[in-house]
Amino acid sequence: MTRLPRAADLGLIACHVCSLVCRDTGLQDAACPRCGSALQRRKPASFSRTWALLIAAFIVYIPANLLPIMRTVSLGDVDDNTILSGVLELWDKDSEGLAIIVFSASIVVPMLKFLALVTLLICAQRGTSWAQPQRARLYRLIELIGHWSMLDVFVVALLTALVRFNVLSSVEPLPGVVFFGLTVILTMFASLSFDPRLTWDTKETHA
Amino acid sequence: MASSPPVSRRLICEDCDTVYRVRELRVGEIARCTRCGAILERPRRFGLDALAALVAAALIVFVQGNIWPVVSIGLNGQQNSTTLWGMITIMWADHSQIVAVITAVTLFFFPLSNMLIVAWLLFFARRGRRAPGFRALMLAMYYLGPWTMSEVFVLGALVAMVKAKAYFDVTPDAGIYAYALLTIFITVFAGIDLRYLWDSVPENKT
Repeated sequence: MTRLPRAADLGLIACHVCSLVCRDTGLQDAACPRCGSALQRRKPASFSRTWALLIAAFIVYIPANLLPIMRTVSLGDVDDNTILSGVLELWDKDSEGLAIIVFSASIVVPMLKFLALVTLLICAQRGTSWAQPQRARLYRLIELIGHWSMLDVFVVALLTALVRFNVLSSVEPLPGVVFFGLTVILTMFASLSFDPRLTWDTKETHA
Repeated sequence: MASSPPVSRRLICEDCDTVYRVRELRVGEIARCTRCGAILERPRRFGLDALAALVAAALIVFVQGNIWPVVSIGLNGQQNSTTLWGMITIMWADHSQIVAVITAVTLFFFPLSNMLIVAWLLFFARRGRRAPGFRALMLAMYYLGPWTMSEVFVLGALVAMVKAKAYFDVTPDAGIYAYALLTIFITVFAGIDLRYLWDSVPENKT
């Protein structure tokens, strides 16, 4: 297979925003002539930004799972639900299919994002050429599914707005849901700040 | 800032920086990067008129989805229903302002801005012109892109209905059907890269 030329080999640079191909002048403050965005070979400080956002996301992920996200009160009977107990409740109420969907969106997707981004970051920082096509696909996958984790936040918001029967029955949001929403936002920022091109910046030039 | 000279007839993969020569796509062809497998270019299935019609339809169902109640529940003859904005204001009042803001932004402001921007750009593009504010709006569309979550809301409403069904009489309202339609439009739009407007609409002569 012939070696595929990369932008740096040909002295080119692509605008990250509008994808216009420009000649790389080597200047630090070059701007895209078409959209005016700063021309950067790689997203700025991609490693440190992604790590910082990912660690922040992980910190808020702990209370998001431990704290209850929703309180159901019916005739003085108080029931607090966490993310996981909400899934189990769906399962017990014979909605197995929906339980699996919620479990995937609320538990599998955030965990997958953490593991995937840590793997992508460590591999890229070591400059390894291990499993590059798979790592590229993994990045596209987490970009595609990342925002589905917001599911439980919308469920709590909608139930809170609906279940308002005074003393008979009501639903309140609890702090866990705020932490969970923040986790999703932070992981989305983390994956946006990761530059997938770094996966292909290996130390050895491959044949 | 210094300006760099553009290079024509080249395409660079956004995911791995591989450089390609631009080639016209035939019908049904998708250009994929041979290094990383990312999609480089898709064929344009919709012309400007079809896109304008799509965005107009999406705006109509968006308005319907927002003014009509989404779901109603009943308990002992009492009926409660809510709209999207009802949900946002209640979350704000219930000590979850962050959730209210996330919801307002990802389900209302960003999707609406996105659709209005697309409609505005297309309105002028159909006349072969760049809309006023073209550059800023193209940038805004790029940055707003990942933050629309209407499709997640539809699934969330479904989950909420199933959960509520154990205790209440649940009826889906017109709003949720409008949202389901909106999800289809958003999915269609997700497959369209409007960045081609940079190329296809000439700069206005000043």
